[in-house]
Amino acid sequence: MMTAPIWGRCLRAIVVREGLRFVHQRERFFAALVRPLVWLGIFAVGFRAVLGLSIIPPYETYILYEEYVVPGLIGMIQLFNGMQSSLSMVYDREMGSMKTLLVSPLPRWYLLVCKLLAGVLVSVVQAYVFLAVAWFWDVRPPPLGYVAALPALLLGGLMLGALGLLLSSFIKQLENFAGVMNFVIFPMFFASSALYPIWRIREGSPVLAWVAELNPFTHAVELIRFALYLDVNATAVLVVAGCLALFLGGAILAYDPGRGFWARRAGPAEQGGG
Amino acid sequence: MPIVKGAALAALGFALALPGPEPARADTVFVSNEKSNTVSVVDGEKLAVVATIKVGRRPRGITFNQDMTRVYVCVGDDNRVDVIDVATLKVVDRLPSGPDPELFVLEPQGRLLYVANEDDNKVSVVDTAAKKIIGEIQVGVEPEGMGISPDGKILVNTSETTNMAHFIDTASHTITDNVLVDARPRVARFTADGRFVWVSAEIGGTVSVIDLGTRKVVHKIRFAVQGVPRESIQAVGIQMTRDGKRAFVALGPANRVAEIDAETYEVKRYHLVGQRVWNLALSPDEKRLYTTNGVSNDVSVLDMERGRVIKSVAVGGAPWGVIVKP
Repeated sequence: MMTAPIWGRCLRAIVVREGLRFVHQRERFFAALVRPLVWLGIFAVGFRAVLGLSIIPPYETYILYEEYVVPGLIGMIQLFNGMQSSLSMVYDREMGSMKTLLVSPLPRWYLLVCKLLAGVLVSVVQAYVFLAVAWFWDVRPPPLGYVAALPALLLGGLMLGALGLLLSSFIKQLENFAGVMNFVIFPMFFASSALYPIWRIREGSPVLAWVAELNPFTHAVELIRFALYLDVNATAVLVVAGCLALFLGGAILAYDPGRGFWARRAGPAEQGGG
Repeated sequence: MPIVKGAALAALGFALALPGPEPARADTVFVSNEKSNTVSVVDGEKLAVVATIKVGRRPRGITFNQDMTRVYVCVGDDNRVDVIDVATLKVVDRLPSGPDPELFVLEPQGRLLYVANEDDNKVSVVDTAAKKIIGEIQVGVEPEGMGISPDGKILVNTSETTNMAHFIDTASHTITDNVLVDARPRVARFTADGRFVWVSAEIGGTVSVIDLGTRKVVHKIRFAVQGVPRESIQAVGIQMTRDGKRAFVALGPANRVAEIDAETYEVKRYHLVGQRVWNLALSPDEKRLYTTNGVSNDVSVLDMERGRVIKSVAVGGAPWGVIVKP
């Protein structure tokens, strides 16, 4: 019989480990912060004219491109974070440290959820640090928007993290991570409303606009954008929640000892340990 | 989950440290729409149009009477001034104005209205009580901006083509001084202490600050907006706070309102508003600045405390003038 404290201790251990991993890898901390700042400071200046002059929800007045792109860059932080977590899953598997985790008597789905939560918390901290820097960039959503954004950041982060988990079950080796960059992160990021509003994409390519509308990343970004400006985008909530259920369900299945990845090809570390 | 709780509390604390939402307000904003021949009434609390009043053709200049029970609107193509009752929001009267009135100013004593007649190169003096034109003053070509000193003794009119600010003695109705400013002067606005008058120049893209004592330009305020061509920066509407510390200048097709330190004449920042921002009005409590955006057909609302544009409200076609009642 397992008791509640064990579940809590397990979660805490995973969260602390993920947090330590983030803090100790200083390059990663800076990269995570500098990457969106480069976009904000350089890309946004060149792209000032992209918005033209129109008011698009949830904004109530005209905005500069810097203001538009901030929720998209928060989405980027969370997307990279989700992929980084997936990378660390592969790394843990290769290094054998995942075995330590898997000997835990707790069910595997719970371990996955803990791992997911840990990654999301790291991404939420990153997002708030970025928002604080953006404040000095004169991107200042209404004060309450910072609170309203928290659930959106959690939900969006969970969805992107779950996608990372699902993908990690398909990546056999660490070296294949470049493929994730090329085939997942970049297309998801560019074919979305993160950098330009969908009406603007539609002017260039109706097909791409259609792809962007189907892209779950678009909905994660819109969820954050609307929440920051004290509005709710119901479609985005439903799409993000639906994708979260789908991706997390898929990841749990893929990591199930009797099915998916583990049944298809048991890694040497895991098998050797048995 | 102590970490989750911690993060939530931290976020909450961060948010609470910042100022909360503003309290309810009761401003009523009147906007003249040059192309739709209407005056839009905007509720300052809901920030939405609550009434649209049909007026004469080409309404531009708009001002209150002294006790704010009436709104006077220049309807240029009908060569008159329409009078709106603030309580019923209906046109209840009309005043003579001379041909093609564009802008006007009410003397602080509340009786005389000085109207610029764009096509006739003159300023008409209208007695609002007798509803009669009691005088005419010949000025430069295409008179436009009208400003009056706080004591009502000096009237400043600008003429678009002559590029001058004409100083008129209101007792004798004669021009005492002419000051050359930059191309196509638009609006003349006295500082609250009556020591200076600011004159904006549309083509010149500057604001000239004229000393009332010496009748000379003592400073010229210039503007530069990143990513906006110089010729798109056209200075038009001017507003100043009563304490003489902050000034705002509408920059036309630059789609920006410049915020200026009125003591040092330094431009502090540019606020993004709608297209072709033309005139400005401060709410009487000076908590908000309203702008008319002639091309995007809306009014942008600047929160003076937060220093941010909070909303743009769609009004009629080509909004031109704006006034605010508490």
